[in-house]
Amino acid sequence: MRLSRSLIIGAVLSAAVLAMALLSFAWTPYSHTAMNIPDKLQTPSAAHWLGTDHFGRDILSMVMVGARTSIAVALVAVGIGIALGVPLGLAAAARRGTWLDEVIMRGNDLIFAFPSLVIAILITAIFGPGAVNAIIAIGIFNIPVFARVTRGGALSLWEREFVMAARVAGKSTPRISFEHILPNVTNLLIVQGTIQFSLGILAEAALSYVGLGAQPPTPSWGRMLADAQTMVALAPHIALVPGLAIVLTVLGLNLMGDGLRDLLDPRIRVQR
Amino acid sequence: MSAISRTLGASLLALTAGIGAAQAQHNDITVAMQLEPPHLDPTSAAAQAIDSVVYTNVFEGLTKFQGDGSVVPALAESWDISDDGLTYTFHLHDGVTFHDGSTMDAEDVKFSLDRARAEDSTNAQKALFGSIANVEVVDPLTVKVTLTEPNGMFLFNMAWGDAVIVAPESIENIQTEPVGTGAYAFENWVQGDRVELKRYADYWGDEPAIENVTFKFISDPTAAFSAMMAEDIDVFAGFPAPENVPQFEADPRFQVLVGSTEGETILAMNNAEPPLDDVKVREAISHAIDRQALIDGALFGYGTPIGTHFAPHNPAYVDLTEQSAYDPELSKKLLEEAGQSEGLTLSLKLPPPSYARRGGEIIAAQLAEVGITAEISNLEWAQWLEEVFTGKNFDMTIVSHTEPMDIGIYARPDYYFQYDNPDFQELMTELNRTTDEAKRTEMLGEAQKMIADDYVNAYLFQLAYITIAKAGIEGLWTNLPTAAIDMTEVTWND
Repeated sequence: MRLSRSLIIGAVLSAAVLAMALLSFAWTPYSHTAMNIPDKLQTPSAAHWLGTDHFGRDILSMVMVGARTSIAVALVAVGIGIALGVPLGLAAAARRGTWLDEVIMRGNDLIFAFPSLVIAILITAIFGPGAVNAIIAIGIFNIPVFARVTRGGALSLWEREFVMAARVAGKSTPRISFEHILPNVTNLLIVQGTIQFSLGILAEAALSYVGLGAQPPTPSWGRMLADAQTMVALAPHIALVPGLAIVLTVLGLNLMGDGLRDLLDPRIRVQR
Repeated sequence: MSAISRTLGASLLALTAGIGAAQAQHNDITVAMQLEPPHLDPTSAAAQAIDSVVYTNVFEGLTKFQGDGSVVPALAESWDISDDGLTYTFHLHDGVTFHDGSTMDAEDVKFSLDRARAEDSTNAQKALFGSIANVEVVDPLTVKVTLTEPNGMFLFNMAWGDAVIVAPESIENIQTEPVGTGAYAFENWVQGDRVELKRYADYWGDEPAIENVTFKFISDPTAAFSAMMAEDIDVFAGFPAPENVPQFEADPRFQVLVGSTEGETILAMNNAEPPLDDVKVREAISHAIDRQALIDGALFGYGTPIGTHFAPHNPAYVDLTEQSAYDPELSKKLLEEAGQSEGLTLSLKLPPPSYARRGGEIIAAQLAEVGITAEISNLEWAQWLEEVFTGKNFDMTIVSHTEPMDIGIYARPDYYFQYDNPDFQELMTELNRTTDEAKRTEMLGEAQKMIADDYVNAYLFQLAYITIAKAGIEGLWTNLPTAAIDMTEVTWND
């Protein structure tokens, strides 16, 4: 089995971002909150590799710590989606065709029907801006995604012989769902999880851009972009750096997701 | 042949049309501002954007502010003040008409003042009319106003946008179709985009040079920058992005006017709730703030440090900045004395303007240096008004107080920062009764010192007023003594 090029590039990019975030716990070139206003808006130099922002803070340090914020928010949001969406999807598949299936899936449709970012803005507007509310807002929209993927994968599995065998052996429906169905949809979930993770990073950036994500002084790529907005003509690098950070991270995760799908999806594997 | 002549004719036509447009341009002006007014009645709302559009242009009062802050006669040609200071007899200009053609006379003045001070009045500055006991029409051009007690500020109060003269005939639709006596008549309002004014042919005063004035509303600072650079607009009054000003200064197509405003920007503190009810803690916070760094960082240098709640350009201003000079060591010592040496956490709720958002980040970093954690939350205006201004649910906030001569807010114990000092309240009552200018100046100095001694709020800076205009435009206000974009004296000079 050969690893695809997109998987390798994606994995390298994602690993780099993760490494940067982890490194920031131990070391950053400067404190990410240390202001030095006389040195504001400096272009990249030996002292500040990526320059300084409008308060004279070191941009590299802020991007490193900002990676932490992005990853944490996206990770927990995907976690919420998996923790709630997967059991719902399994239950809907196990009771397929019944009222329970209908209630779960129509509930999912209902959430899906709303543009996710608008609802995220509504949630943070009601409960106040902040990283926790951003996580909840993004997390809620991951629930139907995972519920659908799980149900879709599980439905066909319920018709397979090994599941029949388990039923004949007298196993209960919940036991079959967790012991036989779940392991067989894991591949799907990994692929979907990677994609949702990249969407989560994008959503976090969008929410912080409009001021509803992590509040200052916690750095966030989206807010760095928003702060830089009026200064693009003066010092383009302060917008380019967080912008590129978002692009490269999302690109890396998407490439990795594609590569993983090629690798893990049984149908595509057979075709090769 | 016929094709050639047609082309020639067409281009000739285009040429003349082009010349026409170029000439028309100097009869017209497009002035941009950041906020759109909610409606156009200056006598029933506090929104500054209303006055920016209509003050002096559309509506006039008995007196008016000039660009340097002085108060001069407007609809009242002159006035006599009785010896006891209780009766003001205003002599009105003859031949003044409203834009609908009706005559402005003493009845309209009585109507306007009575309407503003009525029980059910929605005037945002009702206090301006508080001392009026009676308004009497002597003859069509003479009005006698009787006060309950002498008021040294009365002529100043009558110059406010909230005290303009309106007519009973047009009051019903004033919010969407304002009818005043000014040099410009309201023409059209495209909501979300612009308000158009046109020169009023029968204006009683000097005819303004420009015929058509368009006020355009551009809220986004980036869009404001692009629109100005592209020359889509002629003037931007109150330019919102100070970081871009050097680019305009370097560009010969533009001129930059940097003036002062009545906007005392303060870090307001909740004086009623612990721990900020302790003057030592408030003093410590004041000493923890480096004003110059704040002005450089949040406003790119455009601002004047202040040490009390008073405008530095006012002759009565006392410079008290030294009293709360940047001294983190002293700040730490004071916190220790107050028993708050460690782990003090305070909320810092910030409204949308960039001076507040950026200033808040800088102040949070400066407070962290002395061991105070400021928890920032960014609020929209509606939320800020509800939570902070009305609800008083906050520890600290940053806001600019843009009304002229507003030190009186410190005499209102229910005002959002809740400073309750009977001595100060008495001083303000006394000040309102005083008409002698020298005595007033002395009392204003005393008032400034009192609130500085009590460290009611941390006084940060006087907001600068930045106007970007095309080179060749003259007569714009540099300073902003009151919210107004007075177009009556503006000319194109090229």
